[in-house]
Amino acid sequence: MRKHFAAYLEKVVTENEKIIFITGDLGYNALENLAAKMGDRFINAGVAEQNMLGVAAGMASQGYEVICYSIAPFVVYRCLEQIRNDVCFHNMPVYIVGNGGGYGYGIMGASHHAIEDIGTLSGLPNMRCYVPAFIEDMKSCLDEMFASKGPSYFRLGLGKNMPDYLMLNNNGASSPVNALAELTIIVQSPVANNLIAALNGNAHQSKVDIFIVNKMPLANLPSDIAASIKRTKKVITIEEHVAIGGVGSAVSFLVHEHSLVINKFVSLHAKGYPGELYGSQSYHQQLSGLDKENISKIINSYF
Amino acid sequence: MQGKLRSKILELHFKANSGHIGCSLSCIDILISILKYSEPGDTFILSKGHAASALYIMLNELREIPDDVLDTFYKNATTLPAHPAALKYNAIPFATGSLGHGLPLATGIAKAKKLKKENSISYVLMSDGETNEGTTWEAANFAVRNKLDNLIIFIDKNGLQGFGNTADIMGDTSSPKVWSSIGFEVMDVNGHDINAMLDIKQKMLLSKNGKPKLIIANTVKGKGIPYMENKMEWHYLPMDEKLYQEALAQIKSDYIL
Repeated sequence: MRKHFAAYLEKVVTENEKIIFITGDLGYNALENLAAKMGDRFINAGVAEQNMLGVAAGMASQGYEVICYSIAPFVVYRCLEQIRNDVCFHNMPVYIVGNGGGYGYGIMGASHHAIEDIGTLSGLPNMRCYVPAFIEDMKSCLDEMFASKGPSYFRLGLGKNMPDYLMLNNNGASSPVNALAELTIIVQSPVANNLIAALNGNAHQSKVDIFIVNKMPLANLPSDIAASIKRTKKVITIEEHVAIGGVGSAVSFLVHEHSLVINKFVSLHAKGYPGELYGSQSYHQQLSGLDKENISKIINSYF
Repeated sequence: MQGKLRSKILELHFKANSGHIGCSLSCIDILISILKYSEPGDTFILSKGHAASALYIMLNELREIPDDVLDTFYKNATTLPAHPAALKYNAIPFATGSLGHGLPLATGIAKAKKLKKENSISYVLMSDGETNEGTTWEAANFAVRNKLDNLIIFIDKNGLQGFGNTADIMGDTSSPKVWSSIGFEVMDVNGHDINAMLDIKQKMLLSKNGKPKLIIANTVKGKGIPYMENKMEWHYLPMDEKLYQEALAQIKSDYIL
């Protein structure tokens, strides 16, 4: 998604001169054009993320809209108090962009992963987290973020195209309304590609409702998801994020709050580092049961 | 004004039965030097948020905070908690209380002013203990690299911090040598001498040399009340009736009210 993100920004920053871009010393082979285009509105704040967020809030208080960019864990965990106190308390238009959320940085190791980012941030006041799954919903997330003028976190991950049978909506995307569906699947982040692969050729594909949820916190259960759960009474949630604070726990909470009756609920989520072993993004997905084969197995277990 | 505002700080804390008196008496003269003599468009952040009572009294003096609101200090449903809150007063652009936030914020404000080609100043008041925080050094280097000579830091240097003397805990992290070597223009001043501080501030304002500014204001914690002066415990303690009356009498005898 990074190159699409940069291309989008190159356009937006030309139209809106109030936008400032601050990087925590990252962007090689992706942000060079943006830097050239923005001139003195492109700032490299060095390897100093806490100051980057404080400076961003200070600049935002003077009428700017400020993007803070780094690798996801660095721009979330290192400067959490600056995000909470300086950005969120004051409802500042500071847009935090974390590259490679989830296990995106693979063999770079746990320091470079962000599998608790959404849970960490989405409870902060005024904060909106955007977790697009595909290139298509990334654009609508970016549109919404720049229109929000409020604290935002944008998780950039793998950028593949959305399959034709999904349609964008306000919460992300979904498959067409299907009265014959017997299973509701709610998925967040580009791990959705594994779901799409698992369903491809699966005998039960026509009996599944798919919902891509790309914004957190999930304050309410979207009506189309609620309607699907009422019909199917069976739910799978899939996310490249730990169970606590993720979309699975949010859906589970909302199902109870809406008094929906369900017969079966499975949450597929990041399980950290079983055995303290490290590898590629797909290796970690596999250890967490987020790979195509396991997703397929879980789906089949419902029928 | 120094005596009058001290009496008001004492009254505020006595009524609220609250601590943080020593910290406010340490920096009230600095606040007068900055806020009473600032220009339109200047911004100020109290990074040492625990001295909020001094800020509230100063803003009350400047008619930014009305008397009836001041009376709610420390009470339930107040907009004036022990550390400044967010989004309530134009003169308090940022909530503070956790140390090490004000300098990055003020640095960002100074950077924005430069980009907008505005001539106003970004002021921030830190405590000396606060300069232990790593963000101080991230922001300081950023300010130097970005040539923010419109950033003026005051450090309230009273030599005491949360649980001991600054010299014994992390050493002198507000040493003028360290700050000058990074690239700041640094000056020392008596932090209770308003005329001296105004002189130094004027010199700093005229010095458009690309260097961010640091005014080290040497102060006494609890200044004006002998039983509080240089005593760490007056970071925390409230006054009883007897101590309050004694403190008021001292201010009446030592300051022009």
